[in-house]
Amino acid sequence: MANYAGDTGTFEQLALPHFASLYNFACWLTRDRVAAEDLVQEAFLKALKGFSSYQQGTNFRAWIYRILRNSFLTSRAGLLAGADLSLDSEEFSQEAVDGVGMEPEARAAQTPESILFARIEQETIQQALEELPVHFREIILLCDLEEMSYHEISLTLGIPQGTVMSRLFRARKAMRNLLAAPPEMRPEASAGERNERSSR
Amino acid sequence: MSCNVDTNWLDAYVDESCSAEEREGIETHLRACTACSVETLSRMHTKRAIRAAASRYAPSPEFQRRVEASLREETTAGKSIWAVVNPFRSHGWLAQMSALAVALVLVVGSVLLWTSHVNRQQALAQLLDLHVATTASSNPVDVLSTDRHTVKPWFQGKLPYAFNLPEFQDTPFKLIGGKLVYFRHTAGAQLLVELRKHQISVFIFQDQSGMRVASGSVREKGFSAESWGEGGLRYTVVGDATAADIHQLAELLRAAGH
Repeated sequence: MANYAGDTGTFEQLALPHFASLYNFACWLTRDRVAAEDLVQEAFLKALKGFSSYQQGTNFRAWIYRILRNSFLTSRAGLLAGADLSLDSEEFSQEAVDGVGMEPEARAAQTPESILFARIEQETIQQALEELPVHFREIILLCDLEEMSYHEISLTLGIPQGTVMSRLFRARKAMRNLLAAPPEMRPEASAGERNERSSR
Repeated sequence: MSCNVDTNWLDAYVDESCSAEEREGIETHLRACTACSVETLSRMHTKRAIRAAASRYAPSPEFQRRVEASLREETTAGKSIWAVVNPFRSHGWLAQMSALAVALVLVVGSVLLWTSHVNRQQALAQLLDLHVATTASSNPVDVLSTDRHTVKPWFQGKLPYAFNLPEFQDTPFKLIGGKLVYFRHTAGAQLLVELRKHQISVFIFQDQSGMRVASGSVREKGFSAESWGEGGLRYTVVGDATAADIHQLAELLRAAGH
């Protein structure tokens, strides 16, 4: 895991190396390239304006990702996904996790791990990521794609490290369910997800 | 899984987010427990697959330029180039001629910049191809060593220049080796560096106009790259690691070059 602690430098020196990653992350959050461009531009301008509040020597990556995520939450797409995010608390039911992507019949028929691996192909994974609720999608992207440590993720999302671990556990379980279930066996998308799609 | 171990443990191990003590405990357990070993391998595989699949969207160079321009504009507090030209406004025809000359310079400059940009993008694409071909090869390097004092001297007599390599100890990077490559009819060095299973190429050529690739940090087809010139040499770092990782390696090389 790369060490991003102790970042110092000018705004451009610190921010521009993250430009492509932030854009990719924004595309996954908004699922719309135009909205992602607006989001990245807004986040960079907010970060520049608030750069004086950034404490030199602390974790810049977590700081700028948090700005982008907060901008998303106050955007139209983010507000539409808001109901989805508000569900995510430590009390979030296990049933909701188990239910992602699987009908009860499919859940009962445990898919062997070998079948799971055979199904792990880029398009399948991308489709599964798109179908995940946004609070699960973002934590998987921060951990698996951006390779952030749990500490960095907790700084980015503003949640305790223990919550990072439990949310990540649930997100991965939901992801495995989606990967193991053929698309035709998946239930209709939730109202929140449908709203999110219709906003594109 | 037949074992009752807390699966959060395995996730923390796969995500490299556990302490050295926990790591040692997990590894001891994995050596004894087949079910957990299989589960851990499965989680590593899924993590790698997600990483590859999620590197899906790359910003257009035009969008990056637009954001950089808006940052510059913001930094100069709204002072545009026209504010600099303003003093000519009160001088009638002189102002018009000056504006025309400025416009002409801007057009010619834009064409030259665009041509140069296209050439640099092509150079980057060719280096990406070299990197992919190297990583796909069964013999990716000609000199196989993690010791910079073995790799660097290997290029003596093969290249008309020398370069410095950083000490990789105490960094997350590991030198794999190097080989001689030809790019646009010029011999150069390609070094292979490993970072958490990611392979990264460092290309070092003499800094000539045809050898230049897009400077700064760029993202292309899921790969990150960073290029800079120093001491008459052109360094280009390319790999599927994150832009921040590529930048970290570039900084190490820059420090060694000083």
